[in-house]
Amino acid sequence: MLVDEKKLSTEERATLALRSLYEKYGYLPYKMTKFEEYDLYVKNRDFLVSDNLITFTDTNGRLMALKPDVTLSIIKNLGSTGSVKKLYYNENVYRTSGWASGTEGTFREIMQVGLECIGDIDTYSVSEVLMLAAMSLKCISGESILDISHLGVLEDVFSCMGISAEAEKKIFEHADEKSASSIREICLSDGCTGEDADALASVMAEYGRPGEVMDKIGKLFGGIAGRDNFRELEAAVACLGSAGVTDMIRMDPGLVEDIRYYNGVVMKGYIKGVPQAVLSGGQYDKLLRRMGKDQKAIGFAVYMDTLERLRDASGKYDVDLLISYSDRADPETVMKEAAAAVAKGWTVRVAKGIPEGVRYRTMKEI
Amino acid sequence: MGDYLNIALPKGRLGEKAYSIFEKAGYDCCEICENSRKLIFVNETKKIRFFWVKPSDVSIYVERGAADLGVAGKDIILEYGPDVYELLDLGIGKCRMAVAAKKDFHDDVEKTLRVATKFTKITRDYYSSIGRNIDVIKLNGSIELAPILDLSDVIVDIVETGTTLRENDLEVVTEIIPISARLISNKVSYKFKFDEITELLDSIRKGMKD
Repeated sequence: MLVDEKKLSTEERATLALRSLYEKYGYLPYKMTKFEEYDLYVKNRDFLVSDNLITFTDTNGRLMALKPDVTLSIIKNLGSTGSVKKLYYNENVYRTSGWASGTEGTFREIMQVGLECIGDIDTYSVSEVLMLAAMSLKCISGESILDISHLGVLEDVFSCMGISAEAEKKIFEHADEKSASSIREICLSDGCTGEDADALASVMAEYGRPGEVMDKIGKLFGGIAGRDNFRELEAAVACLGSAGVTDMIRMDPGLVEDIRYYNGVVMKGYIKGVPQAVLSGGQYDKLLRRMGKDQKAIGFAVYMDTLERLRDASGKYDVDLLISYSDRADPETVMKEAAAAVAKGWTVRVAKGIPEGVRYRTMKEI
Repeated sequence: MGDYLNIALPKGRLGEKAYSIFEKAGYDCCEICENSRKLIFVNETKKIRFFWVKPSDVSIYVERGAADLGVAGKDIILEYGPDVYELLDLGIGKCRMAVAAKKDFHDDVEKTLRVATKFTKITRDYYSSIGRNIDVIKLNGSIELAPILDLSDVIVDIVETGTTLRENDLEVVTEIIPISARLISNKVSYKFKFDEITELLDSIRKGMKD
């Protein structure tokens, strides 16, 4: 059966393109049931995008939840093999859709496409996932940006400065505001020197091409440039250069995720015209450890519901041709006219008179 | 909203002061000074568009991307917690968020403290940080009346000069946080209009130094 791509919505086109992209790089499809035991989510509530769940009691009395997330299920069902597993999924999840402040949102069935790379992952695996995240955004729109950061590099900076755990937590809470004054105040009240406080505040407010931002971090905090985390980030950025996606990569030291779950590289993807992140992910070895798995993992999800905003006005007309027939019209003539229009590749609506609410490009009266 | 840089300004005195900062930085829009009922003002040369909105709505316009930039008080940012970048302290609209009470107020820690305020989140966050039980009474105006009529023990409100408090026999008990106007940016606009926003920021910083 031939599929007319023009008839597909932005989300449907994107889903097909993403599946094809992930399969090209050897990622295998992963399918799962629509619900899990509620307990799985309670233990890792802060890992979820939204902690509102739809729950129900199973026939045997167990409290279940419709899946609000895919990653937790994949990890739960993961075997103990050390080889690297590369999986992608295309699943519906059930959670509230509100993203802006003050909006709780209502429960929605949301299509989520994403991938996970789990096992003994190394710099290549990290770079490949970053490259696929960048390519995923490119598949959807030519005007897209992938922000990256590395939590390990940030933690190295904090340890260089001798920042307390309490202050580190506060910095992580304020990191995504790009408010240099807030970061400076936290550092000063933690006993840092004015020079160190200014340096960290300027790094956290930084944003730009990876090379430039990393140069600045390296210059301000010379001690961390030789550490493993910094070298891993440098190597990943070099790989992205080879993959030809450097132009769309930005380094944002203020991009942080929950450090109880994430470590290493984190990422967020943006598309022009959508006022929120459409892609989010990172390395989450800590989540695996919390779930009793001694492995590493990195992955990301693309939130297909956010792509609604990209729908163009291609639905200006409901049909190309309206055939409006009268009581006296010969049914066979009407049928022939309709078939001729369809044969031309047009969409056609046949109606007695003019139907209400149908937008047509041209009309033929019979 | 095209390739214009869209800026939401808060209606009123603060917005006028904020506009003069943009004007000084070279981002003027003469239409705005004309006494008209227009809501949107465009400078075609600079590709910039200003619009007036209710002060408490600025962060909503910016967070949802209808405006790329906006000027909002730190009080609004703390109360609504919008997911935006806070790029610059503009140093205008300076005041403080404070706890105030009647002059003879004595805090009985055995009792739940009744707090009247417009700023329920800031109030809850503050009292939670000091471990005090409170009963928040949300009011929309004339907050100073609440302790006078024994509706509340204290109020949490913005204090600028303190004149209104003094005239009603109230005084500041504790200062919670200093407030001033901030230049905020939509996170996605910041990425896709990075050069334009950085140029504007640099010009404003330069104008503020002069």
